[in-house]
Amino acid sequence: MAGFKSGNKGMDGFSRRRVLQLGAGVASATFIPGLGTIGWAYADDKPAMGTWPAGSQGDTVYIGAAVPLTGAYASSGEDERKGMELAVEHMNTNHELMKKIAPKVDKGVLGKKVALLSADSAAKPNQAVQAEQTFINQNKIILMTGSTSSAVAVALNKFAQREKILYVAAISGSNDTTGKDCVRYGFRQNFYGQTAAAAIGPVLIKQFGKNRKAAFMTPDYTYGHTVTKSVNDYLKENAGWEMVTNQVSPLGTQDFSQYLTNIANSGAEFLINVNWGRDAVLSSQQAKQFGILPKMKLVIPYQIPFLAKEVGPDITEGVFAATDFWWTLEDKYPLAKMFVDAFQKKYGYRPEWGAENGYISFAHWARMVSEAGSFYPPDVIKQYEKGETIPSLVGDVHYRPEDHQCVRPVIIVRGKAKKDMKNDEDFWEVLEVVPGEGLMQAPDAFGCKLGDYT
Amino acid sequence: MVNWANFISQCFNGLVLGALLALISSGLTIIYGTLGVLNLAHGAMFMLGGYAGWLAYTYSGSFIVALIAGSLFVMLVGVVTERLIIRHFYSRPPEDQLLVTFGLGIVFVEAVRFFFGSLSKTTPPPALFQGITNLGFMFYPTYRLAALGIVAIALLALYFVLYKTRIGMIVRAGIEDSVMVDSLGIDVYKVFMLVFGIGAMAAGFAGIVNAPVVSIAPDVGEAILVQTFVVVVIGGVGSFPGAIIGGLIAGEIISITSMFNPAYSYVMLFIAMTLVLVLRPHGLLGTAGRE
Repeated sequence: MAGFKSGNKGMDGFSRRRVLQLGAGVASATFIPGLGTIGWAYADDKPAMGTWPAGSQGDTVYIGAAVPLTGAYASSGEDERKGMELAVEHMNTNHELMKKIAPKVDKGVLGKKVALLSADSAAKPNQAVQAEQTFINQNKIILMTGSTSSAVAVALNKFAQREKILYVAAISGSNDTTGKDCVRYGFRQNFYGQTAAAAIGPVLIKQFGKNRKAAFMTPDYTYGHTVTKSVNDYLKENAGWEMVTNQVSPLGTQDFSQYLTNIANSGAEFLINVNWGRDAVLSSQQAKQFGILPKMKLVIPYQIPFLAKEVGPDITEGVFAATDFWWTLEDKYPLAKMFVDAFQKKYGYRPEWGAENGYISFAHWARMVSEAGSFYPPDVIKQYEKGETIPSLVGDVHYRPEDHQCVRPVIIVRGKAKKDMKNDEDFWEVLEVVPGEGLMQAPDAFGCKLGDYT
Repeated sequence: MVNWANFISQCFNGLVLGALLALISSGLTIIYGTLGVLNLAHGAMFMLGGYAGWLAYTYSGSFIVALIAGSLFVMLVGVVTERLIIRHFYSRPPEDQLLVTFGLGIVFVEAVRFFFGSLSKTTPPPALFQGITNLGFMFYPTYRLAALGIVAIALLALYFVLYKTRIGMIVRAGIEDSVMVDSLGIDVYKVFMLVFGIGAMAAGFAGIVNAPVVSIAPDVGEAILVQTFVVVVIGGVGSFPGAIIGGLIAGEIISITSMFNPAYSYVMLFIAMTLVLVLRPHGLLGTAGRE
């Protein structure tokens, strides 16, 4: 009963505050001369929507990031936040790298400074939505980002569409993000289940042949289920691989002994670990404790930032993984080198792919806004939907107008032995950069319907 | 996938997990039983133990030193926390106690994150217990077997303190009726401080024992706290034997269910808890009237 009482009290307090905020807003609007007129001026062809035009009327525009700073995905969340922070700094200072991706950026975007606000999502959808709602109320953010859990990405997609505020996904591996849960207001730069499977599948088949037995470890939410399905479908259809067991665990599991016991008794030759973040670290370490590794070969279809650093090269040696970015791509792509150098200088380590995705997603947004010459969300969306070829840190890419997915390469890497590492972060060797075009499903294959502009 | 080898292996997993849960829960249950404070920072104590042990291991290279230094450190944290903060909440409503311990948990976790970051830290098992043991029906990590032994010894030690010493007698009397203990002229506040310290130490000790199995991160105590509550509810609030039985039951439910479908293992655990609440509202070994 006490719980109910205090809960109600909280709700009352909240609505009272909202009423006060609204009241203050209305009062100040009445007293600021000319504000009403501005509203009318826009009303002709571009009616006010979401935080537009209010969010871009000051000298600073705000981006709200809800990234996991606690929980199983905390280390990746912190990394991606740093990538975003660097991008914003580069926008405001005309950094050479930013100018190469978004040439019209000029000490900010369309004459406004850009500021990043961030909050902890703990990889939980409700917490992420609450954080963004607060940013909307208090700062009138004009762009949202965050995830590192596709459950969050999907929730923010829907929230973005409802609030009519643009959303660029941070790490999100589920097919659903630009598939059945796609929205007009959401965009994704990074690779995902389908492209990961189509990129790593041929490598595995070439390396290990047909008719092999694989055990899967799958986190129990949209990312895990879609990635496992994509990888299993590919290996089954193209080479007759058999999934002998699929161990589904909740996000944030710590003791994997029950799952690993089932795997040890399954007769599998491969352990395809779709777990992510700390779950991947713990499950891989414990698989070794149980003697499953190196008896079975470990495969990581969706690379986990910092995995090798945390588990050590004796576990990742010889492991095949698909990823968005690895820092040694600096040898192949000049923009990647500029990014790695700038990041390392500021943060003292080489960026993982979460930081890369955060940086490039922001840089692409800055490009779209500055090319469109407008913060009006439908204008920016239409700029993305032109599907123009634009630079990224791994060569030229474009966004598909049909589902807002970036068509970009997937990188296949293999874990290095400790003795072959040239420095303490030289964990992976880039084997292949697989072009994006051939990896993508048909735009409507996963049921994407984008929804309205206004 | 249901075959005998797998079934026995899963029972074994349940035993190891259950023993660990039993140790952590016994700390929580004696604190709640004696002080009447539901310590939501108990998971943080588990985490602090892991980090203290890891630090001690890093500097000394000895697992034994890590175990001793880590548990003493967490006991100290428990004693100081009780003396400085918890004590002021005994006469306040339970909501305040929940809030302050919940807050303390966040402070401990974020302080550790501030100093050590979010990346996992690994404490290797002692050399003697590295590798895998062939049990005939399965291969099992040697350290997990050792952990079972270490936890069993710790539980025995706790049993000895609670049931064979004068201080243990006072603590048990405090669980039944702390007002009566106070009126008998025993300084009940000293007892409370000690109980909080011992309870925290049980969690901290478990945190160190667990560190070579599950490498530690600031959030390591969060999930375990929920399971610990379930164990206490099943076993009966304030009951030390209840915590042990509850721990073992919880461990076996989680493990055996996961043999059929891992996704349901925690559902089954909560179903079991619900059944206990319906059939024996005070838990398997709890008695009515304990606060």
